[in-house]
Amino acid sequence: MKLHEYQAKGVFADAGIPTPASQLAETVDEAVDAAEDIGYPVAIKAQVQVGGRGKAGGIELVDDADEAREAAERIIGMDLKGLHVGSVLVEEAVDFTNELYLGVTMDRNEGRPVAMVSTRGGVDIEEVAAEDPDAIAREHVDPAFGLHPYQARRAVYDAGVDRDVAGDVASVLTTLYDLWDDRDATETEINPLMVTADDEVVAADAVMNIDEDALFRHPDLAEMEDETAGDELEAKANEYGFDYVRLSGNVGIIGNGAGLVMTTLDLVDYYGGEPANFLDIGGGAKAERVSNALDMVFSDENVDSVVFNIFGGITRGDEVAKGINTALEQFDEITKPVVVRLAGTNAEEGMEILNTELVEVEGTLEDAVQRAVERAQEVAQ
Amino acid sequence: MSILVDDDTRVVVQGITGGEGKFHAEQMIDYGTNVVAGAVPGKGGEEAAGVPVYDTVRGAAREEDADAAVIFVPPAFAADALFEALDSPVDLVVAITEGIPQQDMASVYKRLQETDTALVGPNCPGVITPGEAKLGILPGNIFSDGDVGLVSRSGTLTYQVVDSLTQRGIGQTTAVGIGGDPIIGTDFVGALERFEADPETEAVVMCGEIGGEDEEEAAHYIAENMDTPVAGFIAGRTAPPGKRMGHAGAIVGSSGAGTAESKINALNDAGVPVGDTPEEVADHIEGFL
Repeated sequence: MKLHEYQAKGVFADAGIPTPASQLAETVDEAVDAAEDIGYPVAIKAQVQVGGRGKAGGIELVDDADEAREAAERIIGMDLKGLHVGSVLVEEAVDFTNELYLGVTMDRNEGRPVAMVSTRGGVDIEEVAAEDPDAIAREHVDPAFGLHPYQARRAVYDAGVDRDVAGDVASVLTTLYDLWDDRDATETEINPLMVTADDEVVAADAVMNIDEDALFRHPDLAEMEDETAGDELEAKANEYGFDYVRLSGNVGIIGNGAGLVMTTLDLVDYYGGEPANFLDIGGGAKAERVSNALDMVFSDENVDSVVFNIFGGITRGDEVAKGINTALEQFDEITKPVVVRLAGTNAEEGMEILNTELVEVEGTLEDAVQRAVERAQEVAQ
Repeated sequence: MSILVDDDTRVVVQGITGGEGKFHAEQMIDYGTNVVAGAVPGKGGEEAAGVPVYDTVRGAAREEDADAAVIFVPPAFAADALFEALDSPVDLVVAITEGIPQQDMASVYKRLQETDTALVGPNCPGVITPGEAKLGILPGNIFSDGDVGLVSRSGTLTYQVVDSLTQRGIGQTTAVGIGGDPIIGTDFVGALERFEADPETEAVVMCGEIGGEDEEEAAHYIAENMDTPVAGFIAGRTAPPGKRMGHAGAIVGSSGAGTAESKINALNDAGVPVGDTPEEVADHIEGFL
């Protein structure tokens, strides 16, 4: 779960990390009032959970009320990389001499957290990592002990941070690690941490992503989840408890198990189609889950056909088939052709039970995907 | 021969009194697995799935000579169950639980490095040696005894590939589901080392997916150390960057780390053919035998 910048800044500020004065605004008038309040120049920043907001026109520096109004009118309600901008953060502009990068994340290859510092802040750090890995100082952390003070200092010195601010930067890094640890974050990041002419450090941006599997022990953070932040269908999938990712193609995909569903997407592509989504229905396939899944895929207007691929393990194919029949019978009209393939335990019995007036049945994964791709092409014409 | 488990493996099931734990303990026993005990705090002295329950894993290991633990404990308590298993005499732990907080697993992983215990999972379907034993939730009926080892990050994708093999009359020595989480115990290299050392395994299938660098490390290991031929499959070629594709570990970074392409190239460079479809993987394996 990603926090918005203003939420992450709130968490960081509460922990003692210096942040610029700022106010959240949901309307143009609120934004102008906030700007007047804070004093110019201010930055008007779109609150959407995507990187590269500045380049995409989601951040503007303004010097007076007219400019503030103009910027807020443009940014509030805009579509930024496919996301709707519902609010802006109006923030004191910081005069800086240097921009640093500070971050804490899980190094999955090491199975340990890593704290990072770079003097190349203000740009996409993954690009820096790819071009010039030595520009980032890294300290792996033993989770039993946390980030030792010497490690924070070493990272700061190794990165080549100006000696006059080294102590302050190390202290911010320590806080960033502690927040990562205490709040079950997958990422905490400040990019940039600005260094001012009089050697103050200020967090000009804030990223905090929380491990969804740990939200049960952080009810305060769970409450911050913005269900409107993503795609509408993705929000609906969340409600139904499906793992779902929306793509841009026209072949809808429902299956069980992450690897097999990904494979089904890949096969749609391999056979010349374009996948519309990833939908993992999970274990079992009771009629209600099947009908929820179909409802999701049918309500995606890009979808022209659906491939339904279930490999029954402990779940038996005949039970899945009954679930599919019951679910489909609930729809007044099946607007998009559905191709079903069942495999595994009791698959043959299942395929006999399937109501072929409602679905097309194929015996193999490859055949089912090819059929669905053909049907999508027919419908699209 | 086989790796990790066989008909001598004596299994304690942690969480055997829960719905899933009980159901799958019964399924394991039906398959012929030597399940000797359950371990559930506060339920010592009871019986579940026809075996005695102990309060602690150590108690079960001492009294019933259990040497492997299978964990069906809800995510909030799973890390504690893992620590307990690692601090007991068992030398294999298979963790089925999905949704363990990442930081809990980092702590477990650190402890794991200090022990000689093998961990499979978490968030995995388990391990099966066909005809001998299964530890986990794999459907026993689709597997058959034979010469091919299989290691995979995904459950149902494993079943798909096994089904293709079994329909061609190709059986398996052992199939290992290593799990879809970012932090896991046995990784590809760990499983491949065991298959390489197993004289009966004539060929190996590895099913990888997007995210992390395990497949790249495996490719390097295969090129340097393996005589047994390997065929691969990589799921997630069409996955968009920055989106978690079901598994917590199946994610391509926003700047393109962990892509299917990188893994397929690494495997091809190591001389490992990668199938475009699961059937093609079975074709490669058939060619090896």
